[in-house]
Amino acid sequence: MAHSMAAKAEYNYDIIKKFAAMAMVWGVLGMFVGFYAASELAFPFLNFDNQYITFGRLRPVHTTLVIFGFGGSALFATSYYIVQRTCQASLHGKGLATFTFWGWQISVALGVVSYMLGYTQAREYAEFEWPIDLLITATWLVYLYVYVMTLRKRSQPHIYVANWFFMAFILATAILHVFNNLAVPVDMFGMKSYSLFSGVQDAMTQWWYGHNAVGFFLTAAFLGMMYYFVPKQAGRPVYSYRLSVIHFWALVFLYMWVGGHHLHWTALPDWTSTLAATFSIILLMPSWGGMINGIMTMSGAWDKLRTDPVMRFLIVSLSFYGMSTFEGPMMALKSVNALSHYTDWTIGHVHSGALGWVAMVSFGSFYHMVPKLYNTKMYSEKLIFTHFWLATIGIVLYITAMWTSGIGQGLILRAFDSYGNLAYTFVESVSYLHGPYITRAIGGFLFVTGAAIMAYNLYMTAKQGKREAAEAAAAAA
Amino acid sequence: MKHDKIEKNLGLLMLFTMVVISIGGLVEIVPLFHINDTIEKVEGVRPYTPLELRGRDLYQREGCYLCHSQMIRPFRDEALRYGHYSLAAESKYDHPFQWGSKRTGPDLARVGEKYSNEWQVQHLVAPRSVVPESIMPNYPWLLKNDLAFADIADRLRALKKVGVPYSESKAEYEANVKEFGAEVAEMLDIQKAQENLIKQAQSGNYDGDANRITEMEAMVAYLQMLGTLVDFSQYDEGHFVQFR
Repeated sequence: MAHSMAAKAEYNYDIIKKFAAMAMVWGVLGMFVGFYAASELAFPFLNFDNQYITFGRLRPVHTTLVIFGFGGSALFATSYYIVQRTCQASLHGKGLATFTFWGWQISVALGVVSYMLGYTQAREYAEFEWPIDLLITATWLVYLYVYVMTLRKRSQPHIYVANWFFMAFILATAILHVFNNLAVPVDMFGMKSYSLFSGVQDAMTQWWYGHNAVGFFLTAAFLGMMYYFVPKQAGRPVYSYRLSVIHFWALVFLYMWVGGHHLHWTALPDWTSTLAATFSIILLMPSWGGMINGIMTMSGAWDKLRTDPVMRFLIVSLSFYGMSTFEGPMMALKSVNALSHYTDWTIGHVHSGALGWVAMVSFGSFYHMVPKLYNTKMYSEKLIFTHFWLATIGIVLYITAMWTSGIGQGLILRAFDSYGNLAYTFVESVSYLHGPYITRAIGGFLFVTGAAIMAYNLYMTAKQGKREAAEAAAAAA
Repeated sequence: MKHDKIEKNLGLLMLFTMVVISIGGLVEIVPLFHINDTIEKVEGVRPYTPLELRGRDLYQREGCYLCHSQMIRPFRDEALRYGHYSLAAESKYDHPFQWGSKRTGPDLARVGEKYSNEWQVQHLVAPRSVVPESIMPNYPWLLKNDLAFADIADRLRALKKVGVPYSESKAEYEANVKEFGAEVAEMLDIQKAQENLIKQAQSGNYDGDANRITEMEAMVAYLQMLGTLVDFSQYDEGHFVQFR
């Protein structure tokens, strides 16, 4: 007991608290920007003829805040937590870890401000201009170093499975980020650059990056999160060790092949997109391997779903993971893609993954982790239930709205009249989108409201923990 | 080898991970730079003129690619709506590509010369004044802002570094004359970049204001050339299928 207390005292929890706090700040802000951008599509007057907040400039602000601000900070927080706990070792390099915090936060902040000012590489999810890309690269290499050095201090020879996923995520993200952002600046003191590749090669490189931002940043890393927090919260060991080994290697191998399915029927050669589609279908198996391993780990603890709201977040996140990793391969089929591509179906698919899987598993993990960081209990369990229902209903509204608009627009645009002419003009399909766009905005609003409630709940929890610690210290003295 | 070994050896775990994640990209991306058929040989495709390039920069600045694609797929409805499907060659000078992934608005790959300059200006300033159902933002500042082009030569130089044949030396200019003809080669001369930009803006007068060179000038010049470079009537139907 005395030993474990001593070991605990050495953990660097301070850095985790900072990242967790910023994850919530960026999360609420980014989801709100998403809600606002969605409202602009429903009611274009909301652009207010203001060049800084048009849909085109806000959209990368939204994606950057939620993916890199919220998702990234949540991953830094949980990976630093998990690597210390599973290695029973303190985080290597206090100053270096602090550097990753500031490097990351400054990159995100500079990024979103620069997009609003009009500086962008104009490549989805890689909009950061070159000076920020350099800062991200430096931050990331330090992250890798801190992570590796901490793993080397582990107390037992075995490296826990969650860390494999985090390791793969850090390595893959480094490669993707560097190769996809190769560019030549116009001026060493200016923001503008032109990408090294052009046309078809540039497209393939971008979607190799783009889909693996999903595969490694938004999947592998969050699986690492899942492999720690699901067994912890369920109080049960991981269901199948063998399954985790197989689906880990299959997942990291296969993901890198599938980016080309974003370029079906384009000027990309058919062999490349066919190969990408083939691997996309195979990818269903390791994806479901992870889902099954997570859900089966909970089996035997199902009774907890009645009383434990954190378990609800985790099971719903795994269900959405399974759903969207089925939908993905389906949309990668060329015939389905012919309809779905260029429509809101893609947007809906991304959000069933991003809201349903990534955000929900992060919420569940945070509700488990933050009280532990402050050595207390969650401030309000009731608010967690409220958050759960707001988030779940929000997602369902969002996704169904996007299926309606996406499939609907796809069908409208390919409809012919009995003479073989196009049945509709393009703008008729735009009018059709109005209803679903309002529903989507409402769904998004519910989701961000839930996240704001969570931020409040976590804030009060931290405050409560500090108060309890102060009281305990006073009593001891 | 037992998997147990990898789980206990961090170096080995990282090494295997690196190998496994590298294969997909190597197999799918590297050949695209080396297989000659990847980009078709067609007449007419040329780099952007300085004014068009500035328009393209603004197109990126405003995030147009988030709602408009520039990639027509080989389907009947798209052929009727937009024209011949897009060729790889048509974006070979695009750093970065702007194919897009979403059509909240229509595809723009062949929007050039479909509408008048006046329509384009009016539509950009107030889309709903010409298309009532449109949900596009207004872009009035394009008409208000003067176009910044002091660094246009630097922009062309940066693009030259990544492989776009803008010319600086006499030999490069001659090569361009051979490849694109004298008129185009003239436009690709980096020394004359600023002069060419002003000349095209004045002769085209895309924004309808003869006294100023506005951002609108560049934007409309860019939109009006999109998809106009290749004359598809020169080629047999089905000619390009061999490259797919």
